[in-house]
Amino acid sequence: MSKKPQRQEGDPKTTGHIWDGIEEFDNPMPRWWLWTFYACIIWGVAYTVAYPAWPLVSRATQGVLGYSTRAEVAGDIAAVDAANAAITARLASMPLEEIAQDPALDSFAISAGAAVFRTWCAQCHGAGAAGAKGYPNLLDDDWLWGGDIDAIHTTIAHGIRNEEDDDARYSQMPAFGELLEEQEIAQVVNYVMTLSGAAADDPALVGAGQTVFEDNCASCHGEKGLGDRTQGAPNLADAIWLFGGDAKTLTHTVTNSRFGVMPSWQNRLTEAEMRAVASYVHQLGGGE
Amino acid sequence: MTDQTPPPSLYAPREPIFPRRVSGVFRRLKWGILAVTLGIYYLVPWVRWDRGPSLPDQAVLLDLANRRFYFFWIEIWSHEFYFVAGLLIMAGLGLFLFTSALGRVWCGYACPQTVWTDLFILVERWIEGDRNARLRLHRQKRWDLRKLRLRMTKWLTWLVISVATGGAWVFYFADAPTLMADLLRGQAHPVAYITVAILTATTFVFGGFMREQICIYACPWPRIQAAMMDEDTLVVGYRDWRGEPRKHSDAAKTAPMGDCIDCMACVNVCPMGIDIRDGQQLECITCALCIDACDDVMQKIGKPRGLIDYMALSDEAEERAGGAPKNLWRHVLRPRTILYSVLWSGVGLVLLYALFIRPDIEMTVAPLRNPTFVTLSDGSIRNTYDVRLRNKNNEERSFRVFLRGDPALRVQLEGTPYGTVLVPADTSLRQRVYVIAPQGSGPAQSERSDIRFWVEDDSTGERAYRDSSFTGKGQSR
Repeated sequence: MSKKPQRQEGDPKTTGHIWDGIEEFDNPMPRWWLWTFYACIIWGVAYTVAYPAWPLVSRATQGVLGYSTRAEVAGDIAAVDAANAAITARLASMPLEEIAQDPALDSFAISAGAAVFRTWCAQCHGAGAAGAKGYPNLLDDDWLWGGDIDAIHTTIAHGIRNEEDDDARYSQMPAFGELLEEQEIAQVVNYVMTLSGAAADDPALVGAGQTVFEDNCASCHGEKGLGDRTQGAPNLADAIWLFGGDAKTLTHTVTNSRFGVMPSWQNRLTEAEMRAVASYVHQLGGGE
Repeated sequence: MTDQTPPPSLYAPREPIFPRRVSGVFRRLKWGILAVTLGIYYLVPWVRWDRGPSLPDQAVLLDLANRRFYFFWIEIWSHEFYFVAGLLIMAGLGLFLFTSALGRVWCGYACPQTVWTDLFILVERWIEGDRNARLRLHRQKRWDLRKLRLRMTKWLTWLVISVATGGAWVFYFADAPTLMADLLRGQAHPVAYITVAILTATTFVFGGFMREQICIYACPWPRIQAAMMDEDTLVVGYRDWRGEPRKHSDAAKTAPMGDCIDCMACVNVCPMGIDIRDGQQLECITCALCIDACDDVMQKIGKPRGLIDYMALSDEAEERAGGAPKNLWRHVLRPRTILYSVLWSGVGLVLLYALFIRPDIEMTVAPLRNPTFVTLSDGSIRNTYDVRLRNKNNEERSFRVFLRGDPALRVQLEGTPYGTVLVPADTSLRQRVYVIAPQGSGPAQSERSDIRFWVEDDSTGERAYRDSSFTGKGQSR
């Protein structure tokens, strides 16, 4: 501690605290500051009375004004819905193919559809609609049941291979493990691999595989393996595989069959929401 | 505690201040600055600027709803907010420069708190009279008809100025004539009324009643300024070596009297209520009115001016010894102020450069990464890009989108079989663009290839480009 500095008459009062010659002034606060401080205390108490504030064991005090952020959000949503009522009604009633002709309606449908998609569809098809093994990629130009907006809308409304909707799209490939010998399955797998221009695992089996294919598979997948959308039979001659196009996966598919399911949405979404999400999916890059 | 005096009161009532009228060089300068700054503030929203049919014709307009800032011939969009950031940096550096050279010149001359307080004091003087009349009115306890009338007239005038101040603010954010009509008819947005009400209240209270209290207790800037000042900074000071011992003092009885006749003119004119003869003080905003007051008195008693004056502390020793102060420029021009000036001009030049090289066509390209690529049924690989095109012109423009890169790559625009995009006037438009690499082609097989998107205005031939990349399957897949 250094020596106390020389003080002169008229210098401001200090608290008497000195360190290294630095003194702490003891200037009074202005009175209005005190009143502002009291006003803030009163405001603070009044606020906790008026608004939800004090946490209790299972909930918080509700506040005498009855304000709630949830109610405010619900009100905001209702207000947006009300503002969109006219265009939503138009979306629900217009013929599907004409939606894209109306730029304002189309842009509304795509934005609304993107929201619906992220809420209900992204769990299986992915947030970017790229799908996953067993869940179709909606960005490409390959469609199992058709890729025009009507077909997409029907798929969304009724779903695929579900029990809840009698109009669900339905088809089932037999599990050929019970019908064909292992050797025959190996032959047909190698033949199918060549359909899309890929190299067979064992080229020696391809010739015999063609016979097995024509006898067992061509009725649904077509003679050239181009598939049949009316019964959801996949095109085997393109570059896209829902489960995988390698020998092991194909052997599994032929032996045990596959049974991909999509729920029916007509009881969970409104007609406008289904049309919106159909518009959204249709413009992702693969729509027909 | 070393002294035995009782502890001082924690809170002090406010000492009322009644600044006296003063005239002189600095007062005239302050009136000029007041007129110019208030004139700019109140009138600028009413200046018209023709930008064509689809754009607002207000010269200065912050269009928050459409995220546009119009400043005469300059139009700034929200993505160019760095211009605003740059201007704020320049404002900061400018304050540093002025403070290090001229002290609290911002506080004393240009700060809105000072300008409006000056205006309110002027109104006060017109209505209630000068210092002595106001003092008498203040001390008169009884609220007779005269006091009531004077006070009411003053407060009403203040209120009118405050409403005009709050009102002028909102005109910067909407078309002024329309908003004025709406405000008067009661049809403006509640936000406009609330803003006007808040700014009216702050102007009325800060200018009429809080005044120097804001500078002393509420404003952080005076505290920060000390960091920019040094002994070469010009401050308002009292030449005690010339003025002391002042008249009426004990010392003056024994020694020859100094120039200060203790007339209190400098104290009476001070809007902060301090005595500059006590030396540098936190409260002093260097408004220089005490200089005018003292010069006036010195002239009357036939002494040279400058007993109270702008001075630099570094001159003090020299002046005490009877020498002359250094030239003003020797104080102002020093490394610190030169550095601030260089920084300030540097930022300004960068902004100007950025303003003039702004392209006419603006484009951003964002590759969509979820997923990075899509395999199509014929085995080709497709990447998707969000291309945003901004058209800042007054008319619709048609842009052709094409690609430079591997010749195998093909461009396709979503929703149109053509390669052109129509962007309406004064909007930005997002167009999804597909780039497709055939099966087995180079870009399809490689992990990543560089591509360059070009857009060309169909009618003028102006071009712009953006680089991006194409993701393929890669060798391993």
